[in-house]
Amino acid sequence: MFNSFKKLTESLTKTKDNIFGKISHVVSRRKIDDELLEEIEEILIEADVGFSATMRIIDTVKEKAREQRLSDGEEVIELLKQEITEILVQDEHPLFKPGDHKPVVWLIVGVNGVGKTTTIGKLATYFSTQEQKKAMIAACDTFRAAAVDQVVIWAERAKVDIIRSQEGADPASVAFDATQAATARGVDILLVDTAGRLHTKANLMEELKKIRRVVQKANPQAPVYTKLIIDGSTGQNAISQVKVFTDAVGCDGIIVTKLDGTAKGGVMIAVAQELGTQVDFIGLGEKVEDLQRFDAATFAEALVK
Amino acid sequence: MFDNLSEKLDSVFKRLSGKGILSEKNIKDAMREVRQALLEADVNYKVARDFVKSVQAKAVGQEVLRSIDPGQQVVKIVHDELVALLGGTTAELTPIDRSPTIYMVCGLQGSGKTTLTGKLALWGRRKNKKPMVVAADIYRPAAVKQLKVVADQIDVPHFHIEGKTPPEICAAAVKHAKTNFIDLVILDTAGRLHIDQELMEELTQIKSQVQPHEILLVADAMTGQDAVNVADEFHKRLDVTGVVLSKLDGDARGGAALSIRQVTGCPIKLASVGEKPSDLEPFHPDRLASRILGMGDVVTLVEKAQESIDEEQAAKMQDKIFKAQFNFEDFLDQMAQLKKMGPLENLLQMIPGMGKALKGMTVDEKDMERMVAIIKSMTIEERRRPQLIDGSRKRRIAAGSGNSVQAVNQLLKQFFAMQKMFNQMGKKKMKGLPPGFNPF
Ligand SMILES: Nc1nc2c(ncn2[C@@H]2O[C@H](COP(=O)(O)OP(=O)(O)OP(=O)(O)O)[C@@H](O)[C@H]2O)c(=O)[nH]1
Ligand SMILES: Nc1nc2c(ncn2[C@@H]2O[C@H](COP(=O)(O)OP(=O)(O)OP(=O)(O)O)[C@@H](O)[C@H]2O)c(=O)[nH]1
Ligand SMILES: [Mg+2]
Ligand SMILES: [Mg+2]
Repeated sequence: MFNSFKKLTESLTKTKDNIFGKISHVVSRRKIDDELLEEIEEILIEADVGFSATMRIIDTVKEKAREQRLSDGEEVIELLKQEITEILVQDEHPLFKPGDHKPVVWLIVGVNGVGKTTTIGKLATYFSTQEQKKAMIAACDTFRAAAVDQVVIWAERAKVDIIRSQEGADPASVAFDATQAATARGVDILLVDTAGRLHTKANLMEELKKIRRVVQKANPQAPVYTKLIIDGSTGQNAISQVKVFTDAVGCDGIIVTKLDGTAKGGVMIAVAQELGTQVDFIGLGEKVEDLQRFDAATFAEALVK
Repeated sequence: MFDNLSEKLDSVFKRLSGKGILSEKNIKDAMREVRQALLEADVNYKVARDFVKSVQAKAVGQEVLRSIDPGQQVVKIVHDELVALLGGTTAELTPIDRSPTIYMVCGLQGSGKTTLTGKLALWGRRKNKKPMVVAADIYRPAAVKQLKVVADQIDVPHFHIEGKTPPEICAAAVKHAKTNFIDLVILDTAGRLHIDQELMEELTQIKSQVQPHEILLVADAMTGQDAVNVADEFHKRLDVTGVVLSKLDGDARGGAALSIRQVTGCPIKLASVGEKPSDLEPFHPDRLASRILGMGDVVTLVEKAQESIDEEQAAKMQDKIFKAQFNFEDFLDQMAQLKKMGPLENLLQMIPGMGKALKGMTVDEKDMERMVAIIKSMTIEERRRPQLIDGSRKRRIAAGSGNSVQAVNQLLKQFFAMQKMFNQMGKKKMKGLPPGFNPF
């Protein structure tokens, strides 16, 4: 836990002018007043929290500061942390439900280039090394150039089996075969790599629904979870992505990637506030081990440090 | 919630109709809305602040034109200013006139570089030039193979040397191009974080080895506030000559483009609008300005229509939409045409206010077929004048098309809502906006 905090904090404070170092900088030796709150507002918006979510957070903090008769600027940090953590964790959110049958199927979906395939490599590694589960991959992106070759390399890196077909094959049929194979081989978790698709393309969203149906058909007892991958540098469009993917194939959790850059992923706060969807993991690099369980308090802490 | 900035501003100004001049106070209120719209579109906080300040200075004291309402006037000022900042006119790529001309493509991971490399090659080939793509990404799994597949698809030579560093590969590629009569060399570099010192240094090395004529930064249209940091860092290191905005085929508002343009000052040259090699367009500042302000994009809609329908028909359709003479016969016609233009949602989203008018009307294929069946059960007269359709006609149409009366009712309701909306759009357009100003 300590390590994970360190890496996230390091990443989130890596910018040269250290945007998030700034809240602690801004509040020191200041009184809580409108001017201070406005500066905090700016910092939150620059972390992609978004206009409305930021306004709501600022209003709550203002209200709480008044109720608790706080005046010292430094005390705002604690309030902010609390508020952000509360928004991010709304209820118990286990990765699996008790009594889940084997194999559990994770449908990995998202818009183009966000890091689905890379995350699959990391997840396969995570499940086999950290949770002693038998993982397998289904190469269902049969569309993009060399997508199958790419995910095959990740399967090798993670040392797990992969079910594949040739480029141009029907992704649903690969998903069907993979689910059957996973069932037969006693796999604990099947990770399904799907082609990137913009949520605005109805025909491609239909294709995802079909993949989901077919998995269910191949093994009606297999629990299917949809995990949406969001690029950490995405702005307010993430809200639209979560909405539309949820409507089409459900969304049991989000994985935010590329947080090793200088983007803060603050839009997750707006997503949680508006849609109640929670984050499961964060991606922090391009190697198999660059994946961490999401911890709201750590995230909030890193954000307002 | 209001659908777009224009409506919001209308409501701000409603309170002050009759005053002949845009005062500091009412402009300030309006600018608050403008600022919020920009932030919601992912324009960087500081960029939005500076922008609002400069527009405010321009707007205060302007006389309210009699022919349009103040809200629209402010939208026009804001829109014009945005267009100016985004670059005014369409910027061109450095022409392919050397032997060879070299384009280098760079950017963050997953932004769309490899795809763009293919698109540029196809673009060059269509100009009767001989392009070659160079795989200089030795890190991402199967990156070389990816570019090879793309190159084969469009029948363009692909260059790579196993076991060499990216600067070595690029230098060798240019040498190879010179002796093989290649006109255009496009270097596909690996995705990298702008804070990765080592990999950023690699780009600097490539640049100094091959002296590219064009260095293109590919930026994802969905990027948020961080776009300023990324663009700033890439530009500082490389003196980027142009920006390509990718994934503009989605519903992102694309405010990052304004941020990038502001911090780098370099022109946005192209728009990447899909996964296919042909999905590349010139960048149109005016369209992006409308998009950032949340005002839809009728121009793109009409152009898209023109691709698949002939021009005359497209013009007629636009005319009909604006004059609200749109009836069920047109509806039927358009259904067939629309199918050719791709997913209906995409098109509908480009029409301002459409999202709201179509609430509850999910446009999947099955629904479309049902609508077509219902319309086909109407008489020609009914299709032309839907208001004729009374209770008994509804029952007949329902029975004829194998649907419930409810379904017929629903279609009619949606149709009238749409007609009303077109009507309003038409009026707005007629209301004497200056020529060349397209609020959508
Ligand atoms: N820095 C960094 N890069 C990442 C991370 N996750 C993925 N990437 C990189 O992002 C790029 C795209 O990753 P992919 O895994 O291919 O993304 P995808 O969503 O599968 O892409 P499509 O299948 O084409 O839609 C690659 O260059 C990855 O190495 C991360 O957490 N940090
Ligand atoms: N919808 C859409 N998808 C795009 C566009 N440009 C690229 N893509 C998709 O985005 C994903 C990433 O594209 P790539 O070209 O592999 O991106 P890249 O920048 O080369 O990625 P790295 O080399 O890993 O950094 C792929 O799924 C592409 O098909 C675009 O304009 N629209
Ligand atoms: Mg992939
Ligand atoms: Mg690439």
